[in-house]
Amino acid sequence: MGRRVQLLLGTRKGAFILESDPARREWDLRGPYCETWPIHHLIRSPDGTLYAGGGSPWYGASVWRSEDEGTTWTQSSEGLTYGEDGPKLMTVWNLTASDGSLFAGVEPAGLFRSEDRGATWLHVSGLRDHPSRPSWEPGNGGLCLHSIVPHPTERERMWVGISAVGAFATDDGGHTWEARNHGVRADFMPDPHPEFGQCVHKLALHPARPDVLYQQNHCGVYRTDDGGRGWTEITPGLPSQFGFPLVVHPHDPRTIFVIPLNGDDKGRHMIDGATAVWRSSDAGDSWQRLSDGLPQQDAYLGVLREAMATDSLEPAGIYLGTSNGQVFASADEGGSWRQVADYLPAVWSVETSIVED
Amino acid sequence: MASVHLPRSLVTLFPDPPPRQLELDAATVLELVEQLEERWPGVRDRLCQPGPAFREHINVFIDGERVGIDARLSATSVVHFIPAVAGG
Repeated sequence: MGRRVQLLLGTRKGAFILESDPARREWDLRGPYCETWPIHHLIRSPDGTLYAGGGSPWYGASVWRSEDEGTTWTQSSEGLTYGEDGPKLMTVWNLTASDGSLFAGVEPAGLFRSEDRGATWLHVSGLRDHPSRPSWEPGNGGLCLHSIVPHPTERERMWVGISAVGAFATDDGGHTWEARNHGVRADFMPDPHPEFGQCVHKLALHPARPDVLYQQNHCGVYRTDDGGRGWTEITPGLPSQFGFPLVVHPHDPRTIFVIPLNGDDKGRHMIDGATAVWRSSDAGDSWQRLSDGLPQQDAYLGVLREAMATDSLEPAGIYLGTSNGQVFASADEGGSWRQVADYLPAVWSVETSIVED
Repeated sequence: MASVHLPRSLVTLFPDPPPRQLELDAATVLELVEQLEERWPGVRDRLCQPGPAFREHINVFIDGERVGIDARLSATSVVHFIPAVAGG
């Protein structure tokens, strides 16, 4: 079959996979997987294994694994707990594979690590030992750790994003953590510039410039050039400060994509019912609206924090999944779009994978 | 031997699934769960939270009476594990 592009979808009712040849024009859908559990995130690790993270209202949080392209699955939550005296672990929001380890971000906010491909889990307890933890407050989506950003070459370094607490970084393999929110607004707080309490929606970096991070926040879009010690707002030029996902171009650390929504108290859908992705090619100094092929009338779509992704092809593909069950794809870096799926359950996450047969 | 009835949504989580109905010799419901865990690792985590206690929306009945995890079983007990009904 040669080379195939896959979109890995986590939805409110199961995981799905869309698949195409590299032209990325015709897509085939398969699924649902994971017994139609709510799946926040479906990923493929570098060794080819599929992992899905989520939680059942009845059976709890778990991480699913498939080594045969989704035909069969196992699941485990051994160690994925705060213990008898801790809060009940509700669900898994994010899975990130890095340097042979698998990390899980969960709700209530915490970080877990697996060294045996998801069979058992260890709590990275240093994060919840941070002195700010008793004051952590949930965002509208819950108190969730949704962004896990490992340093691409220095194994001891990592950033995480927690709603509505902010960004944290470790330089010692997770033993100690530091809040990294200076310069980020929290307009909903009595003090709009606290040490923590910012509502980060998504953190991302490009591996070629690992000290440059971007974040879409409840209160704007930001860039840091020093690993998060200071953030600069790059919202000017966008039609709204509010949105959820942010992705970095796979080949250009200065090109990023966001999806501004109409505001936190106005429905959180596309502005004026017109769907658009916004791209900056200069690290946030200026922005360009991309909408060719996206619905421009009566389209009250929402796109959540994990539901936009790029592929690694040239030109890069950009994809977004909506809370209304559509998937839109661009094979030309956002220049033009087509709808490639409809009538899915609410799409919570989109990831991409290039598969060679 | 207690007669144990498991929900479809539970058994399908395992690649070599438990039968929907099986006979087990256990003194309490907790012991019964531990026996299930030995044969199908992971089943305890799906039914129980730390404590252990049953998860909030997992209801267990012995001979039609809703019970907790420490409930005792007799040789003729009929045990049903029933996830709460929900909409959406």
